[in-house]
Amino acid sequence: MLSALTQLLIFQLAGEVIARGLNLPLPGPVLGMLLLFLALAVRGAPDHELQTTSQNLLQHLSLLFVPAGTGIMVHLHRVADEWLALLLSLLVSTFATLLVTALAMKLCQRPTPAQGETP
Amino acid sequence: MTPRISEIWVYLAASPLLGLTITLLAYQGAFWIFRKSGNHPLANPVLIAVTVLVLFLTVTGTSYETYFAGAQFVHFLLGPATVALAIPLYTQFKRVKAMLLPVIVGLFAGSLTAIISAVAIGRLFGASLPTQLSLAPKSVTTPIAMGVAERIGGIPSLTAVLVIVTGILGAVGARYVFDAMKLRDPAIRGFAIGVASHGIGTARAFQVNEQSGAFAALAMGLNGALTALLLPLMVAWLHFA
Repeated sequence: MLSALTQLLIFQLAGEVIARGLNLPLPGPVLGMLLLFLALAVRGAPDHELQTTSQNLLQHLSLLFVPAGTGIMVHLHRVADEWLALLLSLLVSTFATLLVTALAMKLCQRPTPAQGETP
Repeated sequence: MTPRISEIWVYLAASPLLGLTITLLAYQGAFWIFRKSGNHPLANPVLIAVTVLVLFLTVTGTSYETYFAGAQFVHFLLGPATVALAIPLYTQFKRVKAMLLPVIVGLFAGSLTAIISAVAIGRLFGASLPTQLSLAPKSVTTPIAMGVAERIGGIPSLTAVLVIVTGILGAVGARYVFDAMKLRDPAIRGFAIGVASHGIGTARAFQVNEQSGAFAALAMGLNGALTALLLPLMVAWLHFA
């Protein structure tokens, strides 16, 4: 676990340094994800340890959004002023985005059978 | 008796231990409800945990800063977890390669829909210009969205809230949209969730299916990059600000 966590942090650090150094609009961790992906593509499948550690981290990915989500309490008053416009915009836009993305993909997909179980 | 309890409270309220512990407790409780409901999307663990924590902090008069001093240890793991998304992406890459065209078309269609519809509806219902601009990047992951909002004249901290709400809405609502469309392919379902509702949607996708999760992670990264490049150009082009 320790070496896997170290690897993840090294890639995050590399992403952070490159993103800031080159003034890229991407956050460090997202660039770190791309770098690790490239590394895996070059050197082959991730070792067992990296595999299990990531699985453990991603299994509770939701937990990691809780501290930032709780920050809503600081902004409740700002949201209160324009709540109707905000709520309608977020609600309709999120559903429209889901629908349009899925529809566009479905329309230009070659007819190959889907693998895996349906969520 | 009472002074002693309040003394203990004064100590606990100032130490990071409390913020960290209540975060884990609230989440485990929320996750238990989520499992008990048969992974029902309405029982979203982020939504439940955040609601419980906001109520608890408000009732006890604890400030968010004090809470975050402890919760930051959980928050920090978001970085390495984002990097770890590379592994399912690698595992599923064969499928991604086979779906290159739908992925690219879906990305552009979804990204533009997210930006334009959010701003247009906000404008229609009388949101102020800074609010409209804060709404524009709401479908991408928080650090990108806040950076973009700042650049185009929105309010970054308002954007952060809108991003979280969007994530929860997408995670809760996606199944109903896809079922209504009779869409079964886990790759498309995952990708659309990732485009519309970034990391919180991705977390939901992983709870359902590994392939959906990998495609959601891919969509989150791609839409973040595309929005960061596209949105400032669109705003300048439309002479918005």
